Amino acid sequence: MIEARGLTKRYGSTLAVDGLTFDVVPGRVTGFLGPNGAGKSTTLRLVMGLDSPTAGTVTVNGRPYAEHRRPFHEVGALLEAKAVHGGRSAYNHLLCLAQASGIPEARVGEVLERVGLTDVARRRAGSFSLGMSQRLGIAAALLGDPGILLFDEPVNGLDPEGIMWIRNLMRSLAGEGRTVFVSSHLMSEMALTADHLIVIGRGRLIADTSVADFLKASSQGYVRVRSPQAPRLVPALEAEGATVGSEPDGALAVRGLDAAAVGELAAAAGVVLHELAPQHASLEEAFMELTREDVDYRGGALATAGGEG
Amino acid sequence: MALAPAPARPDRPLLADVLRSEWTKLRSVRSTYWTLLAAAAATIGLGAILCSVYASHYSHLSLQDRARFNAASFSLSGIMLAQLAIGVLGVLVMTSEYSTGMIRATFAATPQRRLVLGAKAAVFAGVTVVIGVASCFAAFFAGQAILSGHHLQTTIGAPGVLRAVVGGGLYLAVLGLLSLGLGTLIRHTAGAIAAVFGLILVLPGIVGALPSSWANAIGPYLPSTAGQAVFHVGFRFHELAPWPGFGVFCAYAAAALLGAALVLSRRDA
Repeated sequence: MIEARGLTKRYGSTLAVDGLTFDVVPGRVTGFLGPNGAGKSTTLRLVMGLDSPTAGTVTVNGRPYAEHRRPFHEVGALLEAKAVHGGRSAYNHLLCLAQASGIPEARVGEVLERVGLTDVARRRAGSFSLGMSQRLGIAAALLGDPGILLFDEPVNGLDPEGIMWIRNLMRSLAGEGRTVFVSSHLMSEMALTADHLIVIGRGRLIADTSVADFLKASSQGYVRVRSPQAPRLVPALEAEGATVGSEPDGALAVRGLDAAAVGELAAAAGVVLHELAPQHASLEEAFMELTREDVDYRGGALATAGGEG
Repeated sequence: MALAPAPARPDRPLLADVLRSEWTKLRSVRSTYWTLLAAAAATIGLGAILCSVYASHYSHLSLQDRARFNAASFSLSGIMLAQLAIGVLGVLVMTSEYSTGMIRATFAATPQRRLVLGAKAAVFAGVTVVIGVASCFAAFFAGQAILSGHHLQTTIGAPGVLRAVVGGGLYLAVLGLLSLGLGTLIRHTAGAIAAVFGLILVLPGIVGALPSSWANAIGPYLPSTAGQAVFHVGFRFHELAPWPGFGVFCAYAAAALLGAALVLSRRDA
């Protein structure tokens, strides 16, 4: 359980995190979503006690992180994959972290096995690819068998296989009843892994909601209809209060009625339908819409840009 | 795919765990071995070279040079070079964690940051004392062996000699701690190394350029001058007595570490 209350962090004149209040509860994957520069990494550093808040508090399992002794038994984190001494082997990197937490050396082999790095355990971590570094960071997070796991942009720069692996890992960790808190700037990624979303923009909380509700709230759904007898169908739909537009390819875009109602109306009117498809606004669009006001750096490729700085 | 649960957290003092962790860190990077090897080679090699130069030219030396000659001190003069390697390593013990980002993993594992600094200091001091004292003994005996060809040698039992040989190793270890403190305060490798070298190499030169009444008053209390008294044998003008001088040197290192401990827990990692 992670509880943030009025969490605020100011760097000079920049307000990186602005009065965030949220809970992250066990047993599900909570996505932490926001555009680049929204304050996600700063928030995670505050959770980990690496930076201290300007105002407000954040606790893990009821206490500030820094007050825990050997916190790896409660919290594991992947903050930056490349944050290892490049000259140290993967094995020794994990060993020194395990020793600091009072975890027996045998555990190092176990977590290396779990993330699939056993064969390269004696290689210098500096020679690792980004994907291997992410796995090493995850191995470190798993050392103490913690109930809470934090991942900062874990799929950044990974190949499809690596992305699948991380998705499955997060799902299985949440399935074991753990608290999983994962940040991303990619809504589509969160749609596949998260159950719950905390959305921030420019350091402020925008939404704290389930993925389904998030979609519904910002959805601009409509029903796509194709019919050879469109001219007969349109008045019938409009009579029921729908607004009918047209799609670029000539199909009808029906708003105000759901697909079932459109189908029944068509049947009653004896109109043939070639297509009847409910359309949801994509998660990406919903996210963009919600955060439009809160994007620091406007640009062409906002939602597909690289990781946070 | 499944992972066995990790054993419960142990009951023993946290310091024991952090010491083991820091020992693993120190022994698992190459820079440790290279810098320690360089320090040992410099201590022994430079001492041997200077001793052979003096030994082979002794009959041609001026009276002034002969008066300056001390068999024990000269065999230990490699410390002046070795201190650069130890200073670099002392800085790196902390700054390499900042430059790589490892510091965040370290503080995530052990949020008790002062304990981390203390453990780093203890492990590093332990290693440098052993390497430093051993190198000084080797340099001393190698130097005396070279000098004995011209009957210029001294013995370990002569007044002040054992103190100087052991003190040379202690000087290197305390210099390492001073560097660790500065490295923690400054956090950047290049800046911290510049600070260490400036303090031990440049500062005495600057003070020496002052009017001599000032230079003679301030000089003995500079960190390097004060600390080096412990491995000098025989009286020197404008230098503190060996152990008081070493005490002053230790006070500088303690101040650097104390300052480091103060800022460490306040700063963002």
